[in-house]
Amino acid sequence: MSKPEENIKQTSLYNLHIANGGRMVDFCGYSLPIQYSGIVKEHIHTRNSASLFDVSHMGQIIITGGDFVSMAKALEVLIPADILSLKPSEMRYSVLLNEGGGIIDDLIITRDAKDLAIFIVVNAATKENDFAILQKGLAGDFDIKLEMGKSLIALQGPKAAQVIKKYSSIANELVFMTSGYANIAGFETYISRSGYTGEDGFEISVADEDALELAKILLENEDVEFAGLGARDSLRLEAGLCLYGHDMNEEIDPISASIIFAIGKRRREEGGFVGFEKISSILANGVEQKRVGVIFDGRMPVREGAEIVDEQGQKIGHVTSGSFSPILEKPIAFAYVPKTLSKIGNSVIAIVRGKQVLGTIVKMPFIAQNYLRSH
Amino acid sequence: MSETKYSTDHEYIRLEAEVGVVGISTYAQEQLGDIVYVELPNVGAKLSKGDEVAVIESVKAASELYSPVSGEVVEVNEALNDEPALVNSDAQGGGWIFKISLSDKSELDEMMDEATYTSHTS
Repeated sequence: MSKPEENIKQTSLYNLHIANGGRMVDFCGYSLPIQYSGIVKEHIHTRNSASLFDVSHMGQIIITGGDFVSMAKALEVLIPADILSLKPSEMRYSVLLNEGGGIIDDLIITRDAKDLAIFIVVNAATKENDFAILQKGLAGDFDIKLEMGKSLIALQGPKAAQVIKKYSSIANELVFMTSGYANIAGFETYISRSGYTGEDGFEISVADEDALELAKILLENEDVEFAGLGARDSLRLEAGLCLYGHDMNEEIDPISASIIFAIGKRRREEGGFVGFEKISSILANGVEQKRVGVIFDGRMPVREGAEIVDEQGQKIGHVTSGSFSPILEKPIAFAYVPKTLSKIGNSVIAIVRGKQVLGTIVKMPFIAQNYLRSH
Repeated sequence: MSETKYSTDHEYIRLEAEVGVVGISTYAQEQLGDIVYVELPNVGAKLSKGDEVAVIESVKAASELYSPVSGEVVEVNEALNDEPALVNSDAQGGGWIFKISLSDKSELDEMMDEATYTSHTS
């Protein structure tokens, strides 16, 4: 019943996942653990301590071959972030847009701490397409490659920094959305203070041949446990963070998706990026629908695909991500609803298996983000 | 207490004073992971074997529970409304889901016994 697994890639940590009881699934062409001991346990451990995630399936793109300003200017045609204002080591969240202002992918751009490159981390399912778009856009003026020899491991949680400090002083220097080169336990890495859980934490890019040993060393810390894709998803949902292909896609613009911060303020005025015409018109005229956070009554999860209806039962929106929050112990979800009904405190009705479930629109994130913004 | 029987969908049933106690197997709860919600059937619901009777939801997904036999629901485990994790901690004890008055006890003969089920899941 399952397909032959010959086309499914294994990450450098594959054997370690198996040894730790990882329940492996095919995720974007990679065999990755959905969970080890249990999603809720891993989720809560991340909120209280530190968890190690294998995110090597993500695409790591490296652009070199020019000075920063010329590379940034070329990228700003494709990406609506204010890339030029990045200082060495700084990172920014943004998106790739189509001409209609729809989101092709979301991504993180980093200005190399040594200022020799620009790094972009993109989603696994979209990395080939993103790479093709960027390559075409840079039109041979710079060197661009999709890194094939690097793993990416994330250490997330309030105790992540004290773990990293045991191996490198860089944890004393980095604040949220900054990065640098560091030798961690004998391995050369590029480490950033960022993540997808809402917690303080790090993402560590390391050579494939070193990744397994580094992961083992990090896991030797009593505060560190493995966490899988299941916890990653429930953590990002609580943290209010979008998942590409679910909460956003090529039909949805960043303003509707409530991620307007993906478009730099200067860029909203100046334009000069793919999709600007449409974005500019949306900024002037407003959006029809908007992504909101909803907490539902009771305990029944309201999941992706559930309809949002008005009091007459007419469909007015839909849920794009939803689960049961292990921290709030309530069903939480992202839903698209008409802008006119999107105010905090408004009631919404979702339909699950033919039954109505009442919810309330709340401010996102659902739980406070725990980022280190200064030392 | 009678012998516990298992379906290929990992439901169990055991007879207690002529009433069938139904839930999901210990193996099944392990596969589902942390259970956060159980949608219980209505008492009085008339079921045919194989009917969808309840929904068990983990953080990750919703899974349907199918009635392993035909009959009428006579009781549901209200404790699961407040503590669905009982299905994880005590699937074949306190984590039972509903009780059914069987209309055709011969349906039990088609189900797996403990030894067959154990080899089926290993």
